[in-house]
Amino acid sequence: MSAFINGIGIISPQKTVETEDFLMEIMEYESDYLKCIEPASYKPYIDPIQSRRMSRLIKIGITSAKTCLNESGCTMPDAIITGTGLGSVEDTEKILGTIHLDQPFLNPTPFMQSTYNTISSQIAIQLKCHNYNSTYVHRTFSFESSLQDALLQIKEGTAKDILAGGIDEMTLNHLAITRRRGHWKNKPVKNLEMLKWNSPGSLAGEGSGFFLLSADKTNKTYAFIRDVKTIYKPANLDEIAQRVNSMLAASELGISDIDLVLLGINGDNRNDPLYHEFARSLFPDTPLAYYKHLCGEYHTASCFALWLAANIIQRQTVPDVIRLNDLHREPVRNVLIYNQYYNVNHSFILVSK
Amino acid sequence: MPRRIFVTGLGIITGIGNNLAATKDSLFHLRTGIGKIQFLQTNLRDEIPVSEVKCSLEECFHLAAIPVTEGYSRNALLGIIAAKQAYEDARIGDFPGPRTGLISATTVGGMDRCELYYQDFLTNDSRNVYIDSYDCADSTEKIADVLGIKDYLTTISTACSSSANAIQLGARMIRNGDIDRVVAGGTETLTKFHLNGFNALKILDKEPCKPFDEKRNGINLGEGAAYLVLESEESVKQSGKPVICELTGWGNSCEAFHQTASSPDGIGAYLAMKKTIDMSGLKVANIDYINAHGTGTDNNDISEGRAIEKLFGAKVPPVSSTKPYTGHTTSAAGATEAIISILCMLEQVIWPNLNFSEPMKELHFTPVRELIKNIKVSHVMTNSFGFGGNDTSLIFSRVLSFKC
Repeated sequence: MSAFINGIGIISPQKTVETEDFLMEIMEYESDYLKCIEPASYKPYIDPIQSRRMSRLIKIGITSAKTCLNESGCTMPDAIITGTGLGSVEDTEKILGTIHLDQPFLNPTPFMQSTYNTISSQIAIQLKCHNYNSTYVHRTFSFESSLQDALLQIKEGTAKDILAGGIDEMTLNHLAITRRRGHWKNKPVKNLEMLKWNSPGSLAGEGSGFFLLSADKTNKTYAFIRDVKTIYKPANLDEIAQRVNSMLAASELGISDIDLVLLGINGDNRNDPLYHEFARSLFPDTPLAYYKHLCGEYHTASCFALWLAANIIQRQTVPDVIRLNDLHREPVRNVLIYNQYYNVNHSFILVSK
Repeated sequence: MPRRIFVTGLGIITGIGNNLAATKDSLFHLRTGIGKIQFLQTNLRDEIPVSEVKCSLEECFHLAAIPVTEGYSRNALLGIIAAKQAYEDARIGDFPGPRTGLISATTVGGMDRCELYYQDFLTNDSRNVYIDSYDCADSTEKIADVLGIKDYLTTISTACSSSANAIQLGARMIRNGDIDRVVAGGTETLTKFHLNGFNALKILDKEPCKPFDEKRNGINLGEGAAYLVLESEESVKQSGKPVICELTGWGNSCEAFHQTASSPDGIGAYLAMKKTIDMSGLKVANIDYINAHGTGTDNNDISEGRAIEKLFGAKVPPVSSTKPYTGHTTSAAGATEAIISILCMLEQVIWPNLNFSEPMKELHFTPVRELIKNIKVSHVMTNSFGFGGNDTSLIFSRVLSFKC
């Protein structure tokens, strides 16, 4: 079960949209959360009459999806699959803000846009695409479930070119609310100093990444996804190790074949020790990297990691800003992305040259 | 031959009953769950009828066999109640070997508590435990923890076709050998959030809904949860337990027309049904009953009706919408109506489309008006169409003999 990555469109807190560069200039922030750098204008992507009513997340989603398709040369995907932890938070908040007043008539636009499948269906509407369309909404499994569905379709032979993505946004209100649960630092922090924090709470972020996943290789191919696995509430590190080993074995790979592990370290000292323990016990001699200091923590942050992995493999360069140890290995043939969310939702994406 | 997918367990709770037996009894007695709002706190209480599960939050805890605890939404509790019924019906606990997944669907998620406590979220720490339970995954993980399911877990949200897509994904994963059996379905609780939202779209009927009627005037919302256990042929053979029926076709298509409206020609509905029939290997003439999406809106019923006529031509099989019984349970509708359709095969009956009186000008067929008994029902198709044009159909087939 595998799929070639033949196009990518990504909007993130780094300069990733409307550029050919790969992390040439690192965006440094001292802030409460990391916000996407949006294109200067949405006009090239969305009819201004339509975009006027669209909330920010929908515009970001459509733009990254279209960027991905343009790059790949595919005009009509055989399936559109989106993962989102929370959908359009902005639209949901517009309704929730006044719901206690029990006004019988809401503005219908935020209600329509608040449904989680809006991104996938708006992309379909833009493309007039009648093919398979679905949306996964399971916390940090959301994007991974989309990839798994895409890989399954390719294996089934029901689709050859699939547009699959992950997207989530942060708002000031949502930040304030989720801070009550201790998810984030209580004051602005410097994103590039993540490894020094050593305190509870992470740095929130947001982003959108769409990938054209295909059965066939083209001259645009970045890399290919070999496998995607999710683990729910593993009993211990042994269970995680066992799942990783069997995933690698299914691709006829071993631990030593992995040239880079991308860890979802998020700067929360209740969360990160598990990553270090994982790396120490399974990958003691492997180059390690991290990425959430660049994009922040959000449910679909692994789409940023997949963008990184695809570019690292295609360009054969690992940016220094993501390196976690001093080990180097060339060429980079296999990259393992590992994300885990407070030891509940663990996921692995295996990407290869 | 691709791996066959059998249904081995059913669980359901809606406005017409707290379990499968009560649901069946209401269907036979033409008893609707739609009426005046009793449990949802809203000033639309006297104005808009809905089909609520006839239980307070505390009674939901009781039915779910969970002590009253902070942090549980009504949505999660309804999901636990129905999923547990399906799990026990399929005796999953008696056969611990096979790899088991849970694929659940919801759109409002834990919104029923979130909308009550949102001002607290903004201003104080008194309701913090509900902050993380407002998303869609919360109910799925709570169900998984109650049932002890760990091998695969995800949540789908494609609005009103969500749980049909959950069933479809479960079947695909079993066919591919990723898992051996799955509890698949959905849960949805009435909230002010979507009651007011549908009201703002002006598509709620203030009277009992009348799908496929010339004078139809919109939707009655409902709530509930429904789950099916799907199981691979090998898994069923190993356990030797009886099967309920077989899932023989599924198809998903997108209208790509409008965020909330269906296209006048029903292209998405047509493609979803066509894909499903083609996949099942059946002919249209083999379909004995269509459980329509039939929401009762002007728009859906024309669109769906035309799509049915386009696919079935002059020989449209018996069609009914059972939403006048259960209300539109949105994300749970796909699984709810899958179970109601499966009951047609088990009981050899066809449920009527309640409240129908006047045929639609645009359509040549009319829905089934009265309960039809002693009729051969071997293959049923059920439609679920959602906002965003997310359209999904499923076909279930009777299994007369299955040798272990």
